[in-house]
Amino acid sequence: MKVSRFWAWATFIVGASYFFIPLIATFEFSLRMKRGEYSFEAYRVVFADPRFQATFGYSVVVAIFTILLGVLLVVPTAYWIRLRMPWLRPIVEFITLLPLIIPAIVIVFGYIRMYGSNSPLPFLASVRGTDVLLIIGYATLALPYMYRAVDTGLRTIDVATLTEAAQILGAGWVTIIGRIILPNVLIAVLSGAFLTFAIVIGEFTMASLLNRPAFGPYLQLIGANRAYEPAALAVISFAITWGCMSVIQVLSRFAPKSANNPN
Amino acid sequence: MTNVSSTISSGAPNVTPPPAARKRLPLQWLGVMPFFIFALMFLILPTAYLVIGAFQNNQGEFTFENIAALSQPTIVSAYWISIRISLASSVIGALAGFAIALAIVRGGLPKWARPATMTFSGVASNFAGVPLAFAFLATLGRLGLVTVGLRAIGIDIYSLGFTILSFWGLTLTYLFFQIPLMVVIITPAIDGLKKEWGEAAATLGATTSQYWRMVAIPVIWPSFLGTVVLLFANAFGAIATAYALTGSSLNIVPILLYAQIRGDVLHNPHLGYALAFGMIMITGLANVLYIWFRTRSERWLK
Repeated sequence: MKVSRFWAWATFIVGASYFFIPLIATFEFSLRMKRGEYSFEAYRVVFADPRFQATFGYSVVVAIFTILLGVLLVVPTAYWIRLRMPWLRPIVEFITLLPLIIPAIVIVFGYIRMYGSNSPLPFLASVRGTDVLLIIGYATLALPYMYRAVDTGLRTIDVATLTEAAQILGAGWVTIIGRIILPNVLIAVLSGAFLTFAIVIGEFTMASLLNRPAFGPYLQLIGANRAYEPAALAVISFAITWGCMSVIQVLSRFAPKSANNPN
Repeated sequence: MTNVSSTISSGAPNVTPPPAARKRLPLQWLGVMPFFIFALMFLILPTAYLVIGAFQNNQGEFTFENIAALSQPTIVSAYWISIRISLASSVIGALAGFAIALAIVRGGLPKWARPATMTFSGVASNFAGVPLAFAFLATLGRLGLVTVGLRAIGIDIYSLGFTILSFWGLTLTYLFFQIPLMVVIITPAIDGLKKEWGEAAATLGATTSQYWRMVAIPVIWPSFLGTVVLLFANAFGAIATAYALTGSSLNIVPILLYAQIRGDVLHNPHLGYALAFGMIMITGLANVLYIWFRTRSERWLK
């Protein structure tokens, strides 16, 4: 039973216009900084702004640490659940879904109240501590995506046999996870990593409420005070998101197909 | 573990004594400990702290006062507008996303249409937050391309009462990530509608509309509703886009909570906890519904 071709085209064209008009409009707007001509002036101003460089650099570093923390947390856990405690899977999966249920603003509100300077664990008492808390917060936001990516990757390899083989050859747990499991799920981990990067790089709520000089609050500040730079920044952000998603797509081509479910 | 070892040791007295088995149990748990400690410290306890705080007064005594205080007009109107925007953007987003997914799967469009749409949807569903607000300001703001273009042909949408800082302005903006999210989630469900069902219906003399009404829609329905509630929760918790678009002029719950965290605008910290509690209840309920719908839909779509 087919949908009529006319309606399919009509839907497709209306949909495409809804999505492309704002992108075209934003791009056009970003070129209008110089009166009477199109120029890349807004981009030049943005890239030359030292605050852009500082906040973007800060967010990149935070994103990298978030990815490291996420990998350290998720890979051993997902591996161990598959190998030894499969009955725990529903519980762990539910926990990894919690960040989709609890809004980010609520999570960070909890942090601010629980880890203030007078608490037993005063993360917020120092700048470094706040940075660490921000990274932790981002790792929780990325948890659903990272866990799903890694777990899908683990499905394609025979965890039990690889582990036994490594143990027979005398490998310890660190060697097994670091040199056997991780390289085997590397593509899945990288997919999770790029998705994490896309989510973290422009995140506003947590960074703003923890008062850290990240890219998201900078975007908001420029949006409130400038006319043409925000459009340029929107185009740059879209390009970054696009880049991350393209990398994931390219990576998925190299991913091994599931052994149980060959496509 | 304990059960297994006790049956073994009772059956064969010479096998390893229970102490060794008892030592293995915690070792096995050691592997998942970092994850559970992390989840407890940075996900569960902070949330529980707020939830408990919602039911306490400043002296730490149990009370329902904060929950009752949510009924003041500013807070009720904030919840109401948040719910309306989330509902409108999730229902419209789901319908539009479903139509697009249907068009690319069953519409006989050229081969490139499907992968192109899926790739773009992956990008657009992740393009949210502050930059999305900028994009819509450049499109439908006072100087936006569409606003100016329509004015040139004699339609001044701002004099007709439209503003980007309004209910419809925000809904239209949210659709930019809601529709693609729907496309990403629902396309596999449409793929799951088996060709044989359509053929069987046709063989039995069903018309196209009968096939949709009696076969396809009942099968798709749970996935559709499940995705609607997921989109609802997605919009309900979002703040960055709305904040960058409207500042604090549009009084939705996340923006009110943001102002409360920044400067205690409600003059009662525990009322802030109650506000957060209300948000968790609503997104939590939406997700319970989502899981329920999903288990129902999985019956058919395997």
